[in-house]
Amino acid sequence: MIEIFREIFGSLSRNKLRSLATGFAVACGIFLLIILQGTSNGIIHTFERASEGFSFDAIHVFPGFTSKPYNGIKEGRRIKLDDSDSEVTQRNFPNELSSVIAQISHTANSASFGKNYLSNVSLQGAQPSTQEMEALQLLEGRFINPIDLREQRKVIVISDKNREDLFKHGERAINQQVRIDGITFAVVGIYKDDGMMSGNDFYAPLTTLKTIYGKGYDIDQLQLKSKGLDTEEKNEAFEKAFRKVMGNRHEFASDDRSALWIWNSASENADMTKAKNILHTSFWILGLLTLLSGIVGVSNIMLITVKERTHEFGIRKAIGATPWNIISMVVLESIVITTIFGYIGMLLGIIFCEGMDVYYGNQTMDMGFFQSSIFVDPTVDIATCIHATIVMIIAGALAGFFPASKAAQVKPIEALRG
Amino acid sequence: MMIQLKGLHKTYKGAQPLHVLKGIDLNIEEGEFVAIMGASGSGKSTLLNILGILDDYDEGKYTLGGTLIKDLSETKAAGYRNRMIGFVFQSFNLIPYKDALENVALPLFYQGVSRRKRNTIAMEYLDKVGLRDWAHHLPNEMSGGQKQRVAIARALITHPKIILADEPTGALDSKTTVEVMELLKELNQQGLTIIVVTHEADVAAQTNRTIHIVDGVIV
Repeated sequence: MIEIFREIFGSLSRNKLRSLATGFAVACGIFLLIILQGTSNGIIHTFERASEGFSFDAIHVFPGFTSKPYNGIKEGRRIKLDDSDSEVTQRNFPNELSSVIAQISHTANSASFGKNYLSNVSLQGAQPSTQEMEALQLLEGRFINPIDLREQRKVIVISDKNREDLFKHGERAINQQVRIDGITFAVVGIYKDDGMMSGNDFYAPLTTLKTIYGKGYDIDQLQLKSKGLDTEEKNEAFEKAFRKVMGNRHEFASDDRSALWIWNSASENADMTKAKNILHTSFWILGLLTLLSGIVGVSNIMLITVKERTHEFGIRKAIGATPWNIISMVVLESIVITTIFGYIGMLLGIIFCEGMDVYYGNQTMDMGFFQSSIFVDPTVDIATCIHATIVMIIAGALAGFFPASKAAQVKPIEALRG
Repeated sequence: MMIQLKGLHKTYKGAQPLHVLKGIDLNIEEGEFVAIMGASGSGKSTLLNILGILDDYDEGKYTLGGTLIKDLSETKAAGYRNRMIGFVFQSFNLIPYKDALENVALPLFYQGVSRRKRNTIAMEYLDKVGLRDWAHHLPNEMSGGQKQRVAIARALITHPKIILADEPTGALDSKTTVEVMELLKELNQQGLTIIVVTHEADVAAQTNRTIHIVDGVIV
């Protein structure tokens, strides 16, 4: 084997310019492949970081309107959920759900502190478990506790963004009284606004909202926390069973999807995973196509080289080289060129990616309503490098094969003439 | 009997088939020094290609050192060429980017001999043709006579049964022609079978036997 490589390096170093020109195309191809991979990883990592605040076991159920007649009742009827639905749900799905919360909300016209005010504030009825369910991160104070619920206290938890709007002079917000449509609530906690949604939500005890705003037993939303629903099939099966139970209670067809709106974070997550895979695959394809143009370049140059060396192959065959000797020499030459220059390209690509990481990795983009990192860790991992190496070797072999078989067909008599 | 040809026919196929060899019968004993002469188009090159297993023939029989050479696969033909035949060409046919030593050693590379061993052997043969000091020179740094001697060393290195020389002095001046012919004669005296294709009468005169080919038959 060493013998063959000596032979190959001999013929490669014979024409340095040719070897360089050939290798340049491959180096470029691999360089771009690595950069594309790094970029796609950066985008994927950005996705992942943005979704860190989500819990993937939350299922939200909203009542809707029927769209199909059922048991002689016409369509277009409004479905109302009430407190007993939460109990029934809990009783029916003890294995699938770890908690069920009846959620009510109220939109207030304004919330004010001194001269500062916010309009269109959304009051969310909360229980202690709401914090975990919505993945709220508390910065200060506490969340709604069981005593608040039992005593129907007028307390609220607000976001850090709203704190800045209401307490412009940097006052301590905790224990201050905020007026919401004429009723005063005491601020007990501040949660971190994740910049994605619900920055204007105030959390107040569920029981307090029911009493003040006369909601009675009706609820706006059921918040479910699933357990063990780790596949798409299980989630679908659960949703189907859940619709059936609710359909029996509220008299709507279990396949009437508009009667109940179900938002399942697990399937959102599955969609995102799918999107990530598509992104990853398409970037690979782009990279491979780039590499392909490099390979075609190598193949072309090898073909010219073979033509140039017809005489040499003729001599080699006359003194005893078999067709296989010739083929393996040309293919190995091609593999050596692709691999060496591929590695140079890979190295440059990795350096470029690390550079991107340094320059863009920590930059964030303010999109007005939310902030987002553009690129999180836009680098390639060792697996990508191994894949790229395998690709290079295969590419080199492919690029060399056609020229090689041409070289093997050289007839010594014709090559030696003249 | 080193070479035995019986009723050899060769036709180049094409739009107009060309019947080049029309029944060649030829015996060459071991240790002979034979010249093949003929005008261009007489078929002498074709005969040489067949003798060198570079080309096939259509009819007849060719045995080389007791081995029947017929309908060989490319790989098998390559092996026979490597072990049984040493070529010397008019245009030397050295590989331009290899030095003299590497050129001489190349046939052994295809026998799988290790680099160190084949370089040692190649040096011996270079010494034999008087070019030890030129071992690390590239072909374009040498004169025609030196190149031809390198080529002869390369032909000898595998201990072939026959040396086939195609116009070995065709590209040389008269002085180096003498040198090369002296070398071939010397090798012949050591017992090697040598066949020279030439159109120069004084070259042919230095061999033991001259075979004339006219229009595809020996006369």
